[in-house]
Amino acid sequence: MLDKNGIAKRIAREIKNNSYVNLGIGIPTLVANYIPAEINVVLQSENGLLGMGPFPEKGEEDADLINAGKQTITTLPGSAIFDSAMSFGMIRAQKVDLTILGAMEVSEKGDIANWKIPGKMVKGMGGAMDLVASARNIIVAMQHVNKAGESKLLPSCTLPLTGVRCVKKIVTELAVLEILPEGGFLLLEHAPGVSVDLIKHSTLGKLIVPDQVQEMKLD
Amino acid sequence: MINKVVQSVDEAIDGIENGMTLMLGGFGLCGIPENCITALAKNGVQELTCISNNAGVDNFGIGLLLQNRQVKKMIASYVGENAEFERQLLTGELEVELIPQGTLATRCLAAGYGMPVVFTPAGVGTEVAEGKEQRNFNGKDYLMEVAFEADFAIVKAWKGDTAGNLVFRATARNFNPIMAMAGKMTIAEVEELVPAGTLDPDHIHTPGIYVHRIFQGKDYEKRIEQRTSRPSQKKDRHAG
Repeated sequence: MLDKNGIAKRIAREIKNNSYVNLGIGIPTLVANYIPAEINVVLQSENGLLGMGPFPEKGEEDADLINAGKQTITTLPGSAIFDSAMSFGMIRAQKVDLTILGAMEVSEKGDIANWKIPGKMVKGMGGAMDLVASARNIIVAMQHVNKAGESKLLPSCTLPLTGVRCVKKIVTELAVLEILPEGGFLLLEHAPGVSVDLIKHSTLGKLIVPDQVQEMKLD
Repeated sequence: MINKVVQSVDEAIDGIENGMTLMLGGFGLCGIPENCITALAKNGVQELTCISNNAGVDNFGIGLLLQNRQVKKMIASYVGENAEFERQLLTGELEVELIPQGTLATRCLAAGYGMPVVFTPAGVGTEVAEGKEQRNFNGKDYLMEVAFEADFAIVKAWKGDTAGNLVFRATARNFNPIMAMAGKMTIAEVEELVPAGTLDPDHIHTPGIYVHRIFQGKDYEKRIEQRTSRPSQKKDRHAG
């Protein structure tokens, strides 16, 4: 079973050379730590930056330079700054190749819910609805089950939706799954030490299990 | 050259009355018009509708206006950093319209470009789509979103000149230039106000035509919400 860093490490392997990628808040932010040095990637931060660099050295934090998670960051050679309209313009026009974001629920049709629990939690959708409505490729980083052990991979989402039929791939602490165009979670890989039976037990939506399921490679 | 300079923050916010709609620039606490927000909190204007990406934190930014109950309605995309906001929202004391961040940006842009509506796919199939006209273009569904109408837009820039031209710095740019374009009346507070002719016309982010009042702000706190850093790489010369 993977921890958060394990999920981030596995997702980092999905990033293609010479691509523009938007990383959401939470586990997706950790993905940046595991992108192999030989992979050339430009990170987009939707508050208006292309070419997001690492956190600044202690004492070098700049209040004017933050990412979408409000963390102090740095720029890199080749970085560019722009306003919020242009930022979502490049997202809507599909110039950003890959979006990685978190989710509370994903359905077997590729619907995603990640912004609201009615009556309990209202933080807002931020840029997530724009990203999922327009991204060419969307990978979701999430926990397979909630704290009560209930599946978050469902036939239909129960929470208010962020977007419909948009998620392509999911990486959880248990597995890598693809969402098929006709619906259903296709099991691609299991995490080290995780049985296919556990994944079946933890997936409430339609799960398709091929004859051969590979173990995730992380390094 | 048309001189846009006002002498004080109080002169800048003159005319903001109860029940008006304000746009406030910034992303989180980055690039917010600190001086104007503080002045509005002091002057006590009521029943405001505020359009801003976020709602500040409990005791800073728009959070100051929320604490004073000066805000009737908030239009924002993400409000997670403000516990008082979430409380007022869940108890129904505050009217809230949460909208996608790109939609927020584009509705500003539409206002500044003189376009009544825009079409965006964000929110199709979600509760954001309720009551909105939906159109299909080239096989994809889009929602019709209307341009914002704001009585005042209040923005913060790094530098500005007496003609109202603005230059922003780093990601403190965010919503500021597009909100500057979108207000019926636009107020800009700047860290450094310079004489017209000082800034290179090629480097202006917001032309002064969009700015009605400009003043040099003071005592910027520039609070950081998430101070993140990595260990210093610099070697101590005297070490070992």
